[in-house]
Amino acid sequence: MIDSVPLEWVLLVAAALFCVGLYGALARRNAIGILMGVELMLNSVNINLVAFWRYLEPHQVTGLVFAIFIITVAAVEAAVGLAMIIAIYRSWQTVNVDAVDSMKG
Amino acid sequence: MQLLVQVIFVLIAAEIVGAAVMVVTAKNIVHAALWLIASFCGVGALYLLLEAEFLAVVQVLVYVGAISILMLFAIMLTRHVTGKGAETSLYQRWWVGLIVAAVLFAAVIAPTVLAHPWETATAAPALPGETGQPAAMAGIVDLGRAFVEEYLLPFEIAAVLLLVGLVGAIVIAFEERAARRHIPTLAEEVAHRRQPE
Amino acid sequence: MHIVIIFLQVLITILAVSTGFAYLTLFERRMLARFQNRVGPNRAGPWGIFQPLADAVKLFFKEDIIPSAADKGVYLLAPALAVIPALIIWAVIPMGCWNIAGDYQACFAAPGADGAGFYNILQIADVNIGVLYLMAVTSIGVYGITLAGWASNSKYSMLGGIRSAAQLISYELALGTAILGAVMMADTLSTREMVFRQAGLWFAVPQFLAFVVFLISATAELVRTPFDLVEAEQELTCGYNTEYGSMKFALFFMSEYVKMIALSAIGVTLFLGGWHFPGLKLLGEVVSGAAGAGVATVVVGIVSLLSFLLKVLVLLFLLVWLRASWPRVRYDMLMSIGWKWLLPLAFINVVVTAVVVGLAPEMNPLVQGIILLIIGVAVLWGATFLSEKQRSNLKVAAKAAVAPTGGRQ
Repeated sequence: MIDSVPLEWVLLVAAALFCVGLYGALARRNAIGILMGVELMLNSVNINLVAFWRYLEPHQVTGLVFAIFIITVAAVEAAVGLAMIIAIYRSWQTVNVDAVDSMKG
Repeated sequence: MQLLVQVIFVLIAAEIVGAAVMVVTAKNIVHAALWLIASFCGVGALYLLLEAEFLAVVQVLVYVGAISILMLFAIMLTRHVTGKGAETSLYQRWWVGLIVAAVLFAAVIAPTVLAHPWETATAAPALPGETGQPAAMAGIVDLGRAFVEEYLLPFEIAAVLLLVGLVGAIVIAFEERAARRHIPTLAEEVAHRRQPE
Repeated sequence: MHIVIIFLQVLITILAVSTGFAYLTLFERRMLARFQNRVGPNRAGPWGIFQPLADAVKLFFKEDIIPSAADKGVYLLAPALAVIPALIIWAVIPMGCWNIAGDYQACFAAPGADGAGFYNILQIADVNIGVLYLMAVTSIGVYGITLAGWASNSKYSMLGGIRSAAQLISYELALGTAILGAVMMADTLSTREMVFRQAGLWFAVPQFLAFVVFLISATAELVRTPFDLVEAEQELTCGYNTEYGSMKFALFFMSEYVKMIALSAIGVTLFLGGWHFPGLKLLGEVVSGAAGAGVATVVVGIVSLLSFLLKVLVLLFLLVWLRASWPRVRYDMLMSIGWKWLLPLAFINVVVTAVVVGLAPEMNPLVQGIILLIIGVAVLWGATFLSEKQRSNLKVAAKAAVAPTGGRQ
């Protein structure tokens, strides 16, 4: 893998994934859609970490450790985020983030 | 052999990015969740290609097996069973997001990545002491050891974070029994109907 | 050459598993009939052995319907998503030890010692993270059911789908934590090494608690009675597969039974010593002395496969037995069993194993096993005692609540 595919290719894939996720998080109105965009972005960060580990420092574990921490954080974020979405749905009957505007002046 | 690896890499990359594009463009939110799973699986395959088997399996276990199913679960709970609601709509100025993302990719990240001279470790002869033979790649054993030695504190903090997240999710989504919509039992319904209005 | 062998292995495994599924349905029906004092299907062929064939023909020739309100793509994808995980689980399970390199002794040698002369054709892939792979594949099995429930666009299916998502992710935790105990004992994630470590003492002894938790959560993971709320006929008219017919239903049916065999096989690999059987090595030595190493390899291969299948059959019988003798649990009971009982028990097991193995790593495995067994049985007994007490408290509370007003108004 590392002698046939240059590091830049992997990083570009991760960058593309990050930007697609960013677009999703910015453009969606559905709260779950936004969460999906955020998950995509976190995944792209993980790809970067693993790629750096493999290409730059394969005998250190730092890259893998941080990737696992990010997976942990992503899991917590998804659980709390979805709990909030369900709580919002209960009182607003919607998951559109534009519709939840009672704090608007 | 090199060409084969390159072709596999390009296929996986196309799968990841293509599925991600479908995630953010799919009209139906359940379809978006399905594409999200496809994208996660692609990332897992990429980890396999990068020889991070442990992370590949963890990716499938956590992202595909837990996070995505949680999202599907939330979608099913936040939607009227028979009515619409599975459809999703875009923010009215969605093109701003598109421009931001595209500019970020084309003007910032891609040039930086391509311009930076990466010093890949392939040619470097491993650890000092050993000559010729490249050092062994870090495996699961090293990873486990790192978690209880070097990264013990972050590891414990991550554990506390998980616990806090668990408690927080339960507290946020918990519904008081009194606040729940009362669902009459059959006996109550019959009694109610028998009562003269 | 290597690729041809792998292809053949995969093909034979899938064919064998599909046939196994067909005859498992017959086995279950005959067994249930025995439990209920009936005869069971016995018309098609002697002892009804052509019954699965007849069932298959019937399902093949039924009309193939797609509900008009269904989400067509997902509706067609769901059965495939159910079957594929059930089949790919088999990739890392060592179903025996037939060393094609011709040296039967390599089966009993420590893995990694001489990797060159070892090629086990009864295990398709020997990966170093086999156990994690098993967990990952079991965890994606939930999609078939959940998506089938959503795509059918019917209330009953939807309820079945939601229930399955909640149930399967809840019990996966207990399942994974129970497996963790066995992994800690074996000190490895490779299934081959896992089996090797159980040559002396099967992990069902030191990991008794984990084994019990594993069996219960595996039953829940398979959505079988007493945890079959996902397809409760009385409440949901069949749950997630209400809208499925013909071959698509057959695929769900198949995935359920193949998963049943697969989870039994996982249980055997992790807790019941895999293909090991007392005296297997001795048999190899005797045959090798009498007829040469080549014959011994073949004999060891066949006997180890048979011993593996026998153990799987025992666990399958246990599952059928459970189905015959237990009523379905209530939904709140299902959740409280999973979260309040099985998961803490599995955690206790992990802690106890860590303490015992960590305190005395050089201990005689038999002594260690007995200590762990005693602790495990004590914890289980304590848990049953607690749950009984809780139940009687609830009964008293319910009586107290009802008594003053003289019952429900």
